[in-house]
Parts: sequence; structure tokens; C-alpha cells
Amino acid sequence: MADTARRGALAGRRPSGALLGVVPFFVYVTVFLIVPTLVVVVGAFIATGPGGQGALSLANIRALAQPAVTSALWHSLILSAVTAVAGAVIGALLAYAVSTAKPDGVLRRFTTSLCGVLAQFGGVALAFAFLATFGATGYLTNVLASTGLDDTGGLWLYEWNKGLMLVYLYFQIPLMLIVFLPAVEGLRPQWREAAETLGGSTWLYWRKVAAPILFPSFVGALLLLFTNAFSAYATAAALVSQGSPLLPLAIGGTLNSEVILGQENVGKAMALLMVVVVAAVMTLYAAIDRRASRWLAR
Amino acid sequence: MTRGVAVQLTDLRRTYSGVNALDGLTLHLEPGELVALLGPSGCGKTTALRCLAGLEDPDSGRVEVGGKDLTKVSTNKRDMGMVFQAYSLFPHLTARQNVEFGLQLRKQGSEQRRRRSAEMLELVGLSAHVDKYAHQMSGGQQQRVALARALAIEPQVLLLDEPLSALDAKVRTQLRDEIRRIQLEVGTTTLFVTHDQEEALAIADRVGVMRSGKLLQLAAPQELYSRPADDFVADFVGLTNRVVGTSRGTTAEALGASLPLLPGSATEGTVTVLIRPEHLTVTQDAQGSAVVISSSFLGAQGRVVVSPGEDLQQVLVQVPSAAVADFAPGDRVTLRPVGAPALAVARG
Repeated sequence: MADTARRGALAGRRPSGALLGVVPFFVYVTVFLIVPTLVVVVGAFIATGPGGQGALSLANIRALAQPAVTSALWHSLILSAVTAVAGAVIGALLAYAVSTAKPDGVLRRFTTSLCGVLAQFGGVALAFAFLATFGATGYLTNVLASTGLDDTGGLWLYEWNKGLMLVYLYFQIPLMLIVFLPAVEGLRPQWREAAETLGGSTWLYWRKVAAPILFPSFVGALLLLFTNAFSAYATAAALVSQGSPLLPLAIGGTLNSEVILGQENVGKAMALLMVVVVAAVMTLYAAIDRRASRWLAR
Repeated sequence: MTRGVAVQLTDLRRTYSGVNALDGLTLHLEPGELVALLGPSGCGKTTALRCLAGLEDPDSGRVEVGGKDLTKVSTNKRDMGMVFQAYSLFPHLTARQNVEFGLQLRKQGSEQRRRRSAEMLELVGLSAHVDKYAHQMSGGQQQRVALARALAIEPQVLLLDEPLSALDAKVRTQLRDEIRRIQLEVGTTTLFVTHDQEEALAIADRVGVMRSGKLLQLAAPQELYSRPADDFVADFVGLTNRVVGTSRGTTAEALGASLPLLPGSATEGTVTVLIRPEHLTVTQDAQGSAVVISSSFLGAQGRVVVSPGEDLQQVLVQVPSAAVADFAPGDRVTLRPVGAPALAVARG
């Protein structure tokens, strides 16, 4: 009886304590996610031009059909898809190679730690590292030019479909390794042995068992890489100085441009477009991840 | 339907980092027989099973099945069904697809596969769960599917690697009995590995007790229990009291009585006599030299712990459950062996 009363009292007390603990998180999410999202959503439907200042309008949404915006969206999608697929394939192979190393071995610990750092090494610092190496005055460019092996002057680095793809892969591959390694490690030795005792070869095990089991995790990780590239801004901004070939740069342009003024809400409409794309991809990711985690749960 | 074949493991040796996992293991299984390998962790029982499956290569020795030398044959060509400890079902396939997996590899047509998988799932009592995935089934159901999958390919030998150890007690007993029923029905020669002596004694035609890579004794369950080859087997299989006594060749004096000795016993001097709790009686006696330490009710039977006095170790006596209430801690009692043959080992 006393026990029940105590449990009741505790049960009553626990949620409020737990809630108190997560208040800072909710404040953070409200200030830095919910409020900005609302500003974007509302702003996308508010006119800024002469005559319609402050009125509800679809003009900003209609502006998304402008060639500059559709082209930026297309480039962003291509860049994200290519670096996500390439990063996922290379990262998955690396993850498998790492999974075969001794679990507490130096190679494995070193590789996973390094990837943890590299996956977060983006932005201006990464752009600078590439500029210093492959840029117009980069030391490798100079070395190659002096030996006559390359006379392009490192200009390819500044193009979204060449240099930027390479730079993005620099953080996409390590990110894939970190995200995909737990899935590879989740493959149980019993599955391989069961397949073998039932008459299957190693190839057959990979084709009929391991690959189908890993597929949802692979697709999930690929989607994560896609959104990672799609929403990246700082690296692209530091490398690409001519025009706004990508959607995040185009949004930046509407806010920073000293030539075209009053386009902030068109920028918000573009941001809304990004939110829609990312939300769709992440919804798909969540659905796939649910299935993968059910199969690979330990 | 008996389709069993004989299995012969000869002088198998396997070393891991200097430790002998198998130290000259020789074991023969008759066609259709179920042999359980029993022993503590690390005794080599699983290594023996994996060598038979081809999942481990022995350093030396021979593996023969049905008279054919399979020592160098790869696992996927050995034609063996195996049930693992747990989590071996392919999670992306339903119960039916799991059972059909091996049949598909054998290029059987879809109709034939479907018929066989339905038959196997019915055999293990899971006809109503054919379209469920592993995560939708209980541990016991998963192991039934694993058994159906292993049997579906009509293997020459069935290998069971502690298939019940991850299950709760009630399901374990149920599935244990079912495995035996099914094994008798299909007649496949079966090697069953376990560390649970009750499981081994209940299910097997013969039980082999292993220690440090060696087979200490291979015998029918009753013989293993009543005539253990040495003190390790006696200790590992069932409960045993270790009582100080004096050996006189074929008999030993212990607890004030003369006991016939089993073959292999120490024949002279002070010895340790191994006596089962059910081979002792305890009676109330105000003049008795023994004292009750505790008594416990265990359902179908009861146990009384008695101190025989004279610096002897406490002994466990099995009593009818109705008699447990007659013994309270501190009661004076008389302790007597019933005279069953016992094993005596030299005192180390």
C-alpha cells in the first residue's frame, strides 16, 4: 500500500523533473528552428514590391519559376545527388573494409576517429584548404604547372560541377562511413553461416542475404548525404564567387546583394522550397531507417 | 522414415592461441541417433560441432559422414542442417521464405518449395505464422522456424548449437520435447550441443561429457548419471555430495555405512565418495550425530541440508516434498546412505 502510494507520488513527480531538464532544448529548438521556419513560411507569402507591400501574395512563389532559380535548384539537386551517390558507394566500401578490421584494433579506432573529424570539417576552412592546394595559386597547381602536367591554372576548382563536387566528397565519404558502419557491423555471423550450411556460397550470401539487409540502411544513409550536400552553404560560398549556381547561394544572394534590392521574401520562398525538398527526403529516410533498424537491431 | 547416416569424428585437434579446444576428440554417431555434447563453456563442444559443419577447420583429424571423408569439403557442400543459438533467421524474409531459402538454392520449383515449406512449418506447429518476419515472432517461434529451415533441405546430419539457451524455461522445455519428437519422426542423425545437463539427459540417446577438448564419457543418460566415469562427470551431471570415506577394494566406508564402489574407483586408503542426494536418507533422531542446517520445498520434491558433524562437509539429501516440514534447522537427525553404488576418488 505504502509502496503504491510512493510509486504514485514518484510517478507524479518524475515528468515535471524530466520536463524541466529538456526546457533548454525546447527553447533552443523554438528560437533557432521553429521561429525561423515560421518566418520563412510566412515571408514566402508576403509581397515586398511596390503597391503590395505587406500583403498576402503568391508572387514570391511564382518567382521560383524564374530560370535563375530553377537552374540553381537543378544544380543543387545534381550536386547533392552525385556527391551523395559517389560518397555512399565509396563510404560503404570503406565501412566494409573497416568492419573486417579487429574491433579494438588501432586501424579501426584511427579510421573511425579520423572520419568523425573529417565529416565535420566543412565550411570556409575546408574551402581554404582546397584553395591552398588546388586553387589558382595553390601549391599543387604551381607544381603541376611548372612540370607542364597541368595548364588549367586550377580553374576547375571554382566550378560547381567539378571542384565543388570534389570538395563535398571530402566530407560526404567520411560521413557515410560513420553512418553506415553500424549497419555493416549489424550483420550477424550466424546469417552467413546459416546461408553456408543451407548450401550457399559467399557470393550468394552477399547477393541474397547481406545486400538486401543492408539496402535500406544504404538508401537511408544516401538520403542523409543528399540533404547534407543540399543544405551546405559556407563551403560553396567560399569557393564559388561568380553568380549563384546553387540554391543556398541564390538565397544568400537575395539577402546580401547590393544590386538587386527588396528580394528577401523571394529568398524566403526559395528557402521554403529547400525545406520542402529536405522534409520529403527526411520523411523517406525515417521510413527506411525504421525498417533497417528493425532488421539490424541487436 | 529413417534417413540417418553414421557420423565419425576421429582424433580431431584444434588449437586457438595455444589453448586446446579439441584435444584428440573421437566420436561416433549411429545412423538416426541423437547425441548430446555436454560440458562447461570452453570445453570444446561447439568447436566439435563447427568442425563437423565445416565452419571450422580442425588442425588434424578426420570428419566422416555416411562413410565419406568430408574433412576438406566446404560447408555449403556438406549437406547439413544447422540451428544456431539465436538470431539466425534472415530478417528480411518471412518464415516461409526462410524455410524455402535452402530449397531455392537446390533449384527446386516454386510449387515444390511451397509444399515443402508448408509441410515443415506444420511439423514445427507454425502453420499460422508463415508470413511473419523474425521480429514479429517470439524467440521460441524463431527457433522453430530455424529448425524447419534446417530440416527442409533433408540434411544428412542435423546440428543443434545450444538452440534453447536463449529461451525462457517453459518454452525451453516445450521446444526441447518437440525437437526430440521431430528428430525421431524424421530420423536424421543429430548432434546437439548444450551446457544444460537436464536438457542433454532429457533429449539424447547418448550424452558425451567434454572437458578441455576431451570426451570424458559417452553413454546413455541413465548410465552417465548412475555410473559416471570420473568425479568431473559425477559433479557436472546431477548433484553430488562429496563425503570422506575409506576404500576397501570394491566397497567404501562412508557416513557409517558400507557402499559398493563403481568401476574406476580408488581402491585403497582415504577417499572422497561421491553420493547422490537421492541415495541418502535422513530421519529424526534425538540421539543422532547429524544436525539439520536448512530445508527447502522445491515443488515435486524437497531438500534438506545436513551437517554430519565431525568436521565433515555439509550434505544435501533429497526427501519427498511432504517431509520437508518435518525438518527444522537445529534438529538432530541420522544420516544413512541407501547403499547405491558410488564412485570413490583419491583425495587430492
